Amino acid sequence: MIKQDSPRKEYNLTIYTENNVGLLSRICLIFTRRQINVESLNASPSEVEGIHRFNILIYETVQGMSKLARHLEKLTEVLKVYYHTNENVIWQELAMYKVATNVIEEHVDVERLLRRYGARTVAIRKEYTVFEVSGQRGETDELTSVLQPYGLIEFVRSARLAIIKDSEGFNRKLREFDGIV
Amino acid sequence: MEIPDTKTNEKEDTRNVRKISGALAVIEALVAEEADVIFGLPGGANLAIYDALFDYEQQLKHILVRHEQGGIHAAQGYARTSGKVGVVFATSGPGATNLLTGIADAMIDSTPVVCITGQVFAHLLGSDAFQETDIVNMSMPVTKWNYQITNAEEIPSVLAKAFYIARSGRPGPVLIDITKNAQLQEFDYRGYEKCHHIRSYRPRPIVREQYIQQAADLINTAKKPLIVWGQGVILGGAENEFKTFLEKSGIPGAWTLLGAGAIPSDHALNVGMLGMHGNYAPNVLTNECDLLIAIGMRFDDRVTGRLDRYAKQAKVIHLDIDPAEIDKNVKATVPVWGDCKETLPLLTSLIDKREHKEWLRQFHALYKEEFETVIYPELNPVSGEVTMGEVIRILNECTKGDAVIVSDVGQNQMTASRYAKLNHTRSKVTSGGLGTMGFALPAAIGAKYGAPERTVVVIAGDGGFQMNIQELGTIMQNSLDVKIIILNNRFLGMVRQWQELFNDRRYSFSDMENPDFVAVAAAYGISGRCVSERSELDGAIKDMFNNKGPYLLEVMVGKENNVFPMVPQGAGISEIRLR
Repeated sequence: MIKQDSPRKEYNLTIYTENNVGLLSRICLIFTRRQINVESLNASPSEVEGIHRFNILIYETVQGMSKLARHLEKLTEVLKVYYHTNENVIWQELAMYKVATNVIEEHVDVERLLRRYGARTVAIRKEYTVFEVSGQRGETDELTSVLQPYGLIEFVRSARLAIIKDSEGFNRKLREFDGIV
Repeated sequence: MEIPDTKTNEKEDTRNVRKISGALAVIEALVAEEADVIFGLPGGANLAIYDALFDYEQQLKHILVRHEQGGIHAAQGYARTSGKVGVVFATSGPGATNLLTGIADAMIDSTPVVCITGQVFAHLLGSDAFQETDIVNMSMPVTKWNYQITNAEEIPSVLAKAFYIARSGRPGPVLIDITKNAQLQEFDYRGYEKCHHIRSYRPRPIVREQYIQQAADLINTAKKPLIVWGQGVILGGAENEFKTFLEKSGIPGAWTLLGAGAIPSDHALNVGMLGMHGNYAPNVLTNECDLLIAIGMRFDDRVTGRLDRYAKQAKVIHLDIDPAEIDKNVKATVPVWGDCKETLPLLTSLIDKREHKEWLRQFHALYKEEFETVIYPELNPVSGEVTMGEVIRILNECTKGDAVIVSDVGQNQMTASRYAKLNHTRSKVTSGGLGTMGFALPAAIGAKYGAPERTVVVIAGDGGFQMNIQELGTIMQNSLDVKIIILNNRFLGMVRQWQELFNDRRYSFSDMENPDFVAVAAAYGISGRCVSERSELDGAIKDMFNNKGPYLLEVMVGKENNVFPMVPQGAGISEIRLR
């Protein structure tokens, strides 16, 4: 290995792929083999019909990242791999919180808190209320810690979704792969 | 308005459609791909495929191996000498898992192989059915591509993809797992269409001309350039393009283990083998050259030694078809992505015709040192036990360099690779990256089918030979003319060498009590002889070649001989030891 002297940074990988069984395993194997921990992973449709898009968050060095991307692109069902540091993407995560409904009724500061974080109510039942907040990691973490003292029943956060700032989307690139351009 | 004659169209369509079984579609695919030899072993889950094969004796030759590992190594040997895709059949469960070592071997050595495994019925998947194993997941990290077919209709297109992926770009192994129901299923077969394009798979990177120009500029101004070539030259079928480049540039060239034979051993610009047990001059001078031109090689750690002491003074041009190889281990000053069959001529047209006489003299001086200290005494001993080197010397005298040499792994492999004379490409078959002991005997079976007109010689040690010894049965059944030399030192020789040099001669479980190999061969109806005296050696090797059909020659060699030169693990390449 080339001496990896640069520090590890957060990288947002955007992987455009065919939508095939087993591809998730193939991608994960490459991370496992290099002892890279996947911090967050999301698979979804992309802007192009039939093309899948993975958003994966990892910590890696600059040199490691470029080798990793080339290795991923070797997979026969992977179309293209992009990677960006946080400055070059717009990213969001979705968090959901379940709190006892009476807590909200009794503590007006909880309601204030939820409003401050832009929480949206998803479900209200007699026993509990579910809120969702979308934002960045720090914001959702913060809300989690301030809700803890009031008896946070459940908390879950989605994988990170990232949109590349400097990208025209994948339509044109795909035409290149199809040999049309 | 023209009214299309739908009636005729329909008629034509149905004429081209026939109902066949999935199993038959597999066989049809192999015929269409011109896979003339298949290696394999039938079992419960691939019975239907074998049943379909039974009627195709004229078009497809099937070689029954004794173990699936033997089957895949044979397919690899076939691919390596013929340049075609090797094919292996195995049943589900243990049949499939027995392939894994060979698949990993083919992956790391870029060998095109298609493995077709049987699988239990689709409705039994995941139920721990008899001989069910999840071979698709197991083989994922060691295949270029794999796929499970549960519906017969997929068979033609998936097999077309399999062959295309296996042979194109940087070749590699592909595994196709077919459930039993898909093999038995009758479906509307519309013929077989070869695959030439998959949109997510780009086997040949686009050649960038500015890099070719930059590379040529570096070559034209270099004072001490060195070419290091690998198997990429052979896989790309670029031997002639490479020779033209080499001769116009006048630059000395050294080869990796798998690059052997791309240029004849005795070519004036061939300065020998690289790496741990390679030649002295190219290793030492790697750390003196001002330009390193790497062609179709991947800077394996056995070639580079310690990376932070590898060619640090040199600029590096790296030609490779696999973009993931560029900058993986050694940073390229100029990356030349592409198939070297395409890039080498472009480069040749831009370089000046030169000679590097002074620089070559440095190689010759170091060669002389190695010759006197290591090579001459190894090849021409006058007393003491028989050496591995003198066996290869006599072998060269008999083959004149025209044989295919299939070596196993360890001391026998290093000695054979260092000293075997090779006049032709695709003449040296060995397990490089994975270092699979037991590779040689089955690989030689495949090598012979891949190059039936050529003499095929196995060079194995007593340890590795026993790892696939059962394939003597395959040789017997097919009366296959393979010459086998066992260099017997009654040790796992290379392990013992390391224990001697790095573990104070603590020979922990490396000594071997062996069977009577000649008697084992005889039990398989294969002639053989064992020699331990130098005086008998020459005659014994000649007798082996005069004997028609397979032959096993066991040579008792020095128990504690070492292979030198050697770059100790963890040392820089120029710290190579002559003794």
